[in-house]
Amino acid sequence: MSTDTIRRTTGGFAARLTSVRQSRTGVLAGFAAAAVLLLVAAPALLPVFSLGLLGKFLCFAIVAVGIGLAWGRGGMLTLGQGVFFGLGAYIMAMHMKLADAALFGGSGVPDFMALYGTGTVPGWWEPFRSPVVTVLAVVLVPGVVALILGLAIFKRRVKGAYFAILSQALAAAFAVLLIGQQATTGGSNGLSGFRSFFGFDLADPANKRMLYLLTAVVLLAVVAAARQLMHSRFGELLVAVRDQEERVRFLGYDPATVKTVVYVLAAVMAGVAGALFVPLVGIISPADVGVTPSIAFLIGVAIGGRSTVLGPVLGALGVAIAQTSLASSFPSFWVYFQGLLFVLVIGFLPGGLASLPAVLGRLRRKRNDDGGAARASAPATSAAPVPPAVPRAHPIHAAASPLAAVPAAAKEHRP
Amino acid sequence: MELLIGQMFAGLSLGSVLLLAALGLSLTFGQMGVINMAHGEFIMAGAYTAFVVQQALGSAGVSLLLSLPAAFLVGGTMGLILEELLLKRMYHRPLDTLLVTFGVSLILQQMARDIFGAPSVDVRVPAWLQGNVELLGAPIPLTRLFILALALTCLAALALLLKATPLGRRIRAVVVNRDLAESSGISSRRTDQLTFFVGSGLAGIAGVAVTLIGSTSPYLGPNYIVDAFLVVVAGGIGQIKGAAIAAFALGVLQSVFEFSTTASIGKVLILAAIVIFLQVRPQGIFTLKTRSLA
Amino acid sequence: MKHQMIAAEQPRLLLPQAEPQAGGQRSGRPQYLEVRNLKVVFDGFTAVDGVNLDVTQGDLRFLIGPNGAGKTTIIDAMTGLVPATGSVNHTGTEILGRKVHQIAKLGVGRTFQTASVFENLSVLQNLDIAAGARRRPLELLRRRRGTDPAVDEALEIIGLEHLASKQAGTLAHGQKQWLEIGMLLVQNSELLLLDEPIAGMSQDERAQTGELLRRIGASRITLVIEHDMDFVREYATSVTVLAGGKVLSEGSVAQVQADPRVQEVYLGTTPAKGH
Repeated sequence: MSTDTIRRTTGGFAARLTSVRQSRTGVLAGFAAAAVLLLVAAPALLPVFSLGLLGKFLCFAIVAVGIGLAWGRGGMLTLGQGVFFGLGAYIMAMHMKLADAALFGGSGVPDFMALYGTGTVPGWWEPFRSPVVTVLAVVLVPGVVALILGLAIFKRRVKGAYFAILSQALAAAFAVLLIGQQATTGGSNGLSGFRSFFGFDLADPANKRMLYLLTAVVLLAVVAAARQLMHSRFGELLVAVRDQEERVRFLGYDPATVKTVVYVLAAVMAGVAGALFVPLVGIISPADVGVTPSIAFLIGVAIGGRSTVLGPVLGALGVAIAQTSLASSFPSFWVYFQGLLFVLVIGFLPGGLASLPAVLGRLRRKRNDDGGAARASAPATSAAPVPPAVPRAHPIHAAASPLAAVPAAAKEHRP
Repeated sequence: MELLIGQMFAGLSLGSVLLLAALGLSLTFGQMGVINMAHGEFIMAGAYTAFVVQQALGSAGVSLLLSLPAAFLVGGTMGLILEELLLKRMYHRPLDTLLVTFGVSLILQQMARDIFGAPSVDVRVPAWLQGNVELLGAPIPLTRLFILALALTCLAALALLLKATPLGRRIRAVVVNRDLAESSGISSRRTDQLTFFVGSGLAGIAGVAVTLIGSTSPYLGPNYIVDAFLVVVAGGIGQIKGAAIAAFALGVLQSVFEFSTTASIGKVLILAAIVIFLQVRPQGIFTLKTRSLA
Repeated sequence: MKHQMIAAEQPRLLLPQAEPQAGGQRSGRPQYLEVRNLKVVFDGFTAVDGVNLDVTQGDLRFLIGPNGAGKTTIIDAMTGLVPATGSVNHTGTEILGRKVHQIAKLGVGRTFQTASVFENLSVLQNLDIAAGARRRPLELLRRRRGTDPAVDEALEIIGLEHLASKQAGTLAHGQKQWLEIGMLLVQNSELLLLDEPIAGMSQDERAQTGELLRRIGASRITLVIEHDMDFVREYATSVTVLAGGKVLSEGSVAQVQADPRVQEVYLGTTPAKGH
């Protein structure tokens, strides 16, 4: 490569790189501010109970980041995130049940098993006695399940509505399975009544605070990872796959691989969130992982702006806060409100609040245009030179072609 | 032998309920691309219609026969309102219709709770549908037989509508090529509205049918909606006959799975079976053939 | 606009100096496309019926024929979009029967009748994605800093340098077509299959596209589907006429036009019903 080429490469894009660098400092500052807010201000200002509640909301936000990637950027309407959330949660809950039983019960058998089942621990619970296996499984089990499903679905080009419906059916089947296995999963009661978390007493406020901080750190890490991914070449490729999957094939990529990677990532995020949810909230049950909670994960993402980095996080937090403050005092009103949110946001503001400035701007411009004199209907072109505004001569005879191939002599026969 | 006949019939019966729930969907989802999650609540509305009609009339037999057209109108009208208020502006983003109609289904469920209360209500089965008939020694409940007949009647009526009526021809024209149909003078607005009316009306009829085999509650919809969508997916989008085959196949499979394992594991096996089936035929049993890139 | 498309005196990655010629390159070991007995059947209807084609690197081959002749279907079959039988040999490699993305990786690139670029991405991002199918995973996860020299050169060749950061969706129709051609260039396609690249273009844009084809076709195997005979006469170095899924005639524009079978197909029964 000649120096000339290099100079052209770097020089031609210097301007763009500077703007990237500038926005970068802004982003770093924002990230630092969020970190201070979550890691210093909140623990200092909030009582332990509220902090635990905030921790729960942060778990939903972690799930939302994954949905933002898969749905907003990747176009995969995943309605089964509750399954991955539930896998992470139940794995953690099983470990905590076993640990509690060993610490406090003596027998080593979780309380509910003695109540509903045979009073022995089933074999598939045993691995989760180990804290190491548990932590690994929280990441690997949702990831591997998503990998297998993703390959099976995307490689065969099942997509769009088909994928959405299958992921929804997955959530339904998962909840039914959990409810049906009362003796080993706690049935519709789920698993609850935890007393320790990796040996730490859950009743101790200091440990509760640590748990919150752990969740906040995970959220910050997940957001940073999502941002890096969105701005990488892979992120651009993902948008290309979302918009024109077939076209991407002709460039030599297999879109199924791209989609599976993101689907797995979103599943892992949901699994980790589930694992943090259990010690924070103290219970996991099929009501947290079925069809309705799985879809409910999406509304915050949609409100905040499904294809942005922060929109899903802020939207999920906002919805969770609203739900907590409204649902207990006006349960019926909350359901109407939630339903209306889906209708209004998805129906009328699909880009979420993040797109509000742009939408309002467009409306204002439209109003101005309507008020003003009839302008040329041509869309505003940028300052960049555009090919001459020659009227698009569509030679009809050329399009209806074959005639054009007729040798001159034959043309006389034509009307 | 009796056991086998009994199992087979349990499967067919389950299949006929699935078919009733899915027929309307195969119109609105299959033909129009709208993923209507509120379809389950239209089924619930049909069930409550049967309840209200019976409360008003008293006689179980007359009210059942009257409920069928009434529920068709109730479901259809609800569908028409939904189409007009929301869905008509969303045909270019089908995936989003799923979430919008999910919001509608939340609202409708809560409305049912506020109007009829959260506890379930029961619709009395008319005397002439009580009891069993013997088929090769196996007892077959008359209600199940009635639902099977109802499902087959609706299937035949819908097939006839699509094949032999002007509306059917218009629906098929719009499905194949919306722009072309419009430019050849077919009003796609009218066609969309009618399609949605018929599809949602069928949900109402399904609602009347399910009152015969269970109680009615605001939570009725979610029990049917996922399975109904699976039927349409397995059958192939836009294929009425595919939906019919898929409904009965899934019904029989599910009763076999449930018989040999448990209800919950049966559900998981059904899902696994569908995913495996889609490996072989990603577009369902029947597919529309086009030359387009999509 | 036009002056921007004329080659500058810069090191060439994508464009050796040469002119396309009938029969393609005669020196060295040119790359080639060899299609044998290609057959595509849809539900009992034979859309492509035993087509044979030979195109050599440096030959600008145009594929013409009446509607329904099977032109687009041939390209669909060669790129793996529709199943076909027979053989498609690209310089020693059989490409028939492989998956779409594998065929693309073997250096076969195509455009579509309706320009299909990634509307939500910038021109630069479009080209960068096209250049990237061979990138390793770690490279994909990094942010794009600067650009591939090949991307820069392609921008210049297609004359869209000044629009590099513009969203592709806002481009004019002709510019989208050029962007697609640019994507083929950075994709390193040796075999270009262009489906009606000038449809819907203004006269000016047609001329520019023609020059563009001439420049890139000189060093590649190029197959262009086109209806506009004026355009074919101007830029084709050789022509294959297709009718009813079969090759009817092949040769220079003049040879093909003089072929009575071609005249018959194009006239068809028209003299009878024309008056």
